[in-house]
Amino acid sequence: MSATLNRIGLPRDAYKGAATTLCAGCGHNSITNHLIKALYELGIEPHRLAKMSGIGCSSKTPAYFVEAAHGFNGVHGRMPALTTGAQLANRQLIMLGVSGDGDTASIGLGQFMHMIRRNIDCTYIIEDNGTYGLTKGQFSATADLGSVQKKGAVNTFQPIDPCAVALTLGCSFVARSFSGDGKQVVPLIKAAIAHRGTAVLDIISPCVTFNDHDGSTKSYSWVKDHEESIADVSFIPFYEEVHVDYEPGTIRDVELHDGSHILLKKLGEDHDPSDRRGAMHVLEEGRSAGHLVTGLLYLDTTMEDFATTEHIPERPLKDLGEDELRLTPDQFASFISEFA
Amino acid sequence: MGEGIRDELTEQIINDLTIQAATVNGSGSQTANLVLTRAIFHMGIPVAPKNVFPSNIEGLPTWYQLRVTPEGHMARSDKVDILVAFNVATWREDLKTVRRGGVVIHEEAFSTADVRSDVVYYPVPFAKLAKSKIQSDTLRKQLANMIYVGVVGGLLGIPWEALEHAVRRQFLSKPKAVQVNLDAIKIGLDHWQDNFSKQDPYRLEPMTGAVDGRVLVEGNQAAAIGALMGGVTVVAWYPITPSSSLCENLIAYADRFRIDPKTGERRISVVQAEDELAAVGMAIGAGWAGARAMTSTSGPGISLMAEFAGLAYYAEVPVVIFDIQRIGPSTGLPTRTSQADVGFAFTLSHGDTKHIVLLPGTVEECYEFARDAFDHADRFQTPVFVLSDLDLGMNLWMTPEFKYPDKPFDRGKVLSKADLERLAGDWGRYRDVDGDGVPYRTLPGTDHPAAGYFTRGSGHDEFARYTESAEVYQQNMDRLALKLETARAALPSPVVDETARSAVGLIAFGSTHAAVVEARESLAAANRPVDYLRLRALPLASEVVEFVSRHERVYVVEQNRDGQVYDLVRLAVPAHLVDRVKSIRHYNGQPIPAAAITQPLLESEAVPA
Ligand SMILES: Cc1ncc(C[n+]2csc(CCOP(=O)(O)OP(=O)(O)O)c2C)c(N)n1
Ligand code: SF4
Repeated sequence: MSATLNRIGLPRDAYKGAATTLCAGCGHNSITNHLIKALYELGIEPHRLAKMSGIGCSSKTPAYFVEAAHGFNGVHGRMPALTTGAQLANRQLIMLGVSGDGDTASIGLGQFMHMIRRNIDCTYIIEDNGTYGLTKGQFSATADLGSVQKKGAVNTFQPIDPCAVALTLGCSFVARSFSGDGKQVVPLIKAAIAHRGTAVLDIISPCVTFNDHDGSTKSYSWVKDHEESIADVSFIPFYEEVHVDYEPGTIRDVELHDGSHILLKKLGEDHDPSDRRGAMHVLEEGRSAGHLVTGLLYLDTTMEDFATTEHIPERPLKDLGEDELRLTPDQFASFISEFA
Repeated sequence: MGEGIRDELTEQIINDLTIQAATVNGSGSQTANLVLTRAIFHMGIPVAPKNVFPSNIEGLPTWYQLRVTPEGHMARSDKVDILVAFNVATWREDLKTVRRGGVVIHEEAFSTADVRSDVVYYPVPFAKLAKSKIQSDTLRKQLANMIYVGVVGGLLGIPWEALEHAVRRQFLSKPKAVQVNLDAIKIGLDHWQDNFSKQDPYRLEPMTGAVDGRVLVEGNQAAAIGALMGGVTVVAWYPITPSSSLCENLIAYADRFRIDPKTGERRISVVQAEDELAAVGMAIGAGWAGARAMTSTSGPGISLMAEFAGLAYYAEVPVVIFDIQRIGPSTGLPTRTSQADVGFAFTLSHGDTKHIVLLPGTVEECYEFARDAFDHADRFQTPVFVLSDLDLGMNLWMTPEFKYPDKPFDRGKVLSKADLERLAGDWGRYRDVDGDGVPYRTLPGTDHPAAGYFTRGSGHDEFARYTESAEVYQQNMDRLALKLETARAALPSPVVDETARSAVGLIAFGSTHAAVVEARESLAAANRPVDYLRLRALPLASEVVEFVSRHERVYVVEQNRDGQVYDLVRLAVPAHLVDRVKSIRHYNGQPIPAAAITQPLLESEAVPA
């Protein structure tokens, strides 16, 4: 049987990478699989993808999907800077960043915030396990107050919630999900990629080795018991037609820049993803009720991304040659003579 | 004034003098200083201005030294001929700097009790003149300085035409300001003519041929022009003195020359980053993706960039990093010059890291090296540091007009889709195919299944795959060393002048050059000519060792405390030559004057070595 091909004629295997070297059962591996599925189904051209990351178990994962794409495993917490530069050099690239909660919320918090502030066009996935996996189990800044480390130590600090931070900064796309919830993660990844601007996707991704025990609020069992999705998400890419066969009033349809649609089916209370204050409220309510709120929290499709605001041409800056970048000999001579 | 002095002053001193204006920061003095500079330059007389300014916006003392010599000496002079004393706070100290027989133009109100008797005084009621003659309250403060330009113009005989030209040139973008400034200069000129008769020997006379084809450019302007002509398209920076004006000028030039008039598109992206970590990271990200990218900073920023510099070195990403040096350690003296980042920049980052460092010694080289730095970075796929300093970067220097580049960009070993097809995918990102240590790279976006690879700062093999293999690690490090060897031969070679055929040689680099030129002239005049090697890049060129071997004593002159390049030279020469290498250091933050070379050299040479 021949493999099923996607719209650009590639099999699913074309979206695989090197074999993972992470622990068996690590949430990050599930996210890798969700990424492979989303990228394959979207029919992303591998050569247009730029996989960016910092340092950590999570940051290693870009090696494990789409082998044919370029990737850049940078320095700890500084993926946003690399992503910003690469995006400006070549606007045609699809920037996909993968980071950890240590990488993002501790050492890289400043860059994370400033990337959002500039609304760099990229997908920013946080594989959030509340711990430093690669350095063997220290608390990270997203660990909840009172959560317990494997060796028994209790976290005495308030967590930094990357979604709340992103919302405060006016991030144009904010979502949270769970590595074990492929049904939700996959459409959110697709939507994040289709979105033009910084799309922050905080995915709780349990560390089976250091943070999967009782007393952790980032363990598989805790998240399974406490996840509360605010809406069912489905994603209709621009090249497919939207068929809505739901009852009127039960569905929200948001159109993205490229003509794709996000369909949100109401589950509990209705949340309008264009309402930033509402999104903060939903996060806060969930927190005080001891739930993990997941889903698309906020989306603003009107905000311009950085390169657009800066009038950077669609044609990659890296491709411009002498004739477009240098002054002409006449221009040069008259410019220099101004210094006389 | 004593009678003896008066006799000494009978001989005229023409076109050879140093004016020092002591003013208050933020009072508009800089504009007056520049007008005076341009007026004298317009007379065809060589000028060398140096601005000594405080780390302050308003109120602290600031000095502007304008040196005029028929030979065109550009180093700082440590002797003041004409003091313009505008700042009561430093008046007493400033007075001490004037040479015997010199001139002091000062605010009349300053106390002259117990002052020196060996100088000529011209007291001017600047404050009163400004008050009575300049009606506008808002303009008065700024224009008061312009009055001194008129007084100096009268004193030295600067033609009105030259002053007028200078004002128009200074206010090119603000033509409305021309007349009020000329009026203020006229107040000073009239006051001179009505109240003083000349009692000093200093005069300026127009010259021909001395400054032909020369322009006045700051090193940071030159570097910005170089970067523009070098094809930079991504610039990320964080403000810091004395580097800010490089990117600020670049932005201004890009606004003129890089915007498509039809579409409004910008053929350059400039990001003011949140800090230097981000600035260099953005530049590296852009370099990785194939753009010509740069950042510019000074010492504290260089410190923050250390980790990323190592990533770019080890992962082999082109990027250009300007370091406009100021005094450290730490915040140091933020507005004073030094050459003390050389050693640090050369090995910036942990582990065995070594970089290409370009050392422009003139404003023309600031332009050329900035431009060519992008070629070196692309060609060797590595960070290239361009080390300038505050003296070179923020002062105006006379320079020959810059030459239009005679070469297209050298984008280095980049494989295109067609190349990959030809190679049938047989390609390894870190494989040394040519035996020069420089591998081939592909850029993200290249539409070929074999183009992609995973760039990382962790251990990698020839195919960019993760490995912790001991052999592979060592081979890779050896290849990186070979790559730097290849680069060494391609970098600007030292400029060697051995016409003196002397036993003694000087080695210097960067802005120290101006002082060396002058020191050599005065040594030659005293029958002690010395040879000279001017270093223009690191790693050290082989010519350095040869130069040392041809001289009995070689003095490495530099503007840092520890003799950083002296150390490098001693490490480079064979053991039997080590003792020939001596050190002359100047590190008080003021640009090095020639005397800071001649004096220690003559002292050292007087004692048998
Ligand atoms: C500058 C620097 N400091 C410290 C480290 C060590 N380090 C490597 S990964 C890591 C934490 C990673 O945690 P996280 O981002 O949460 O990723 P995870 O491993 O949990 O997926 C640390 C502290 C480093 N690589 N660089
Ligand atoms: S240590 Fe934790 S985060 Fe790292 S690979 Fe193992 S399970 Fe995953």
